[in-house]
Amino acid sequence: MSLAESKDILHKSWKIKNVEQEANKVACEVLKTLRSHDFDEDMVFAVHLSLEEAFVNAIKHGNHGDPQKNISVECLITPDKFDISIADEGFGFDPGGIPDPRCDGNLYKSCGRGILLIRSYMDVVEYNTRGNCIHLVKYRDTAKSPGQEKKCS
Amino acid sequence: MDNASPNLSLEFRGPVVIATLTDEKILDEDQLRGLEGSFLPLIEQTPGIQLIIDFTNVKFLTSSVLGLLIRISKKAYETEGELRLCSIGPKILEVFRITRLDKIFDISTSVDDAMVGLKK
Repeated sequence: MSLAESKDILHKSWKIKNVEQEANKVACEVLKTLRSHDFDEDMVFAVHLSLEEAFVNAIKHGNHGDPQKNISVECLITPDKFDISIADEGFGFDPGGIPDPRCDGNLYKSCGRGILLIRSYMDVVEYNTRGNCIHLVKYRDTAKSPGQEKKCS
Repeated sequence: MDNASPNLSLEFRGPVVIATLTDEKILDEDQLRGLEGSFLPLIEQTPGIQLIIDFTNVKFLTSSVLGLLIRISKKAYETEGELRLCSIGPKILEVFRITRLDKIFDISTSVDDAMVGLKK
């Protein structure tokens, strides 16, 4: 398929330094693209929040704040969906081992809510085997409302 | 009205301190450091503070801000103070509901509502 025939609105890869400002530039470009193609503000909010949380996790927890490390990003936006993969250079983690911040013992902790928010706002949240790359998808006309995550037992 | 930091305005109404967050988006480390550097000394220097944080201007925040609010709440509790949040828009309120922080924070619809019931 030629570029002219492609339905891709944005299909782009970045390799950025492990600093907040570089991540902000990527987020700004993605959000600007969504807005300019009339994705609604609920979707833009969901993508924005998920991007911020995913980048903070990559910068702080994955790459441990090391500015010499990099983050690789691959983003695909079509008229129907937003799809992004964000990989850090860390050792990875077990996403199943993250405690639920909504449980009574964790409610007063001052961190640990980012992944819950991502799972609440995105339609697909996946990790690679190593646990250093998160893949997020949000469909344009998703029926999922934020907060439909399985409740803390 | 007093500008405690570039992204915070303070108003003193008798024993009550109304802290209005002035930024539309709160997401970067500098903003968080600025807010923490304003709130925590304010609470330490005002034992028994009756603090209302007004979110009227805030359209976007991240989980780091929720963490900051927990630290502010703990500090206020340690000094026998009281914290209320108010005027939180629907999108931000959803973030509080998802994380269940709406169950532990006292959230009012307006500054006036938040004033009602505070210790006199």
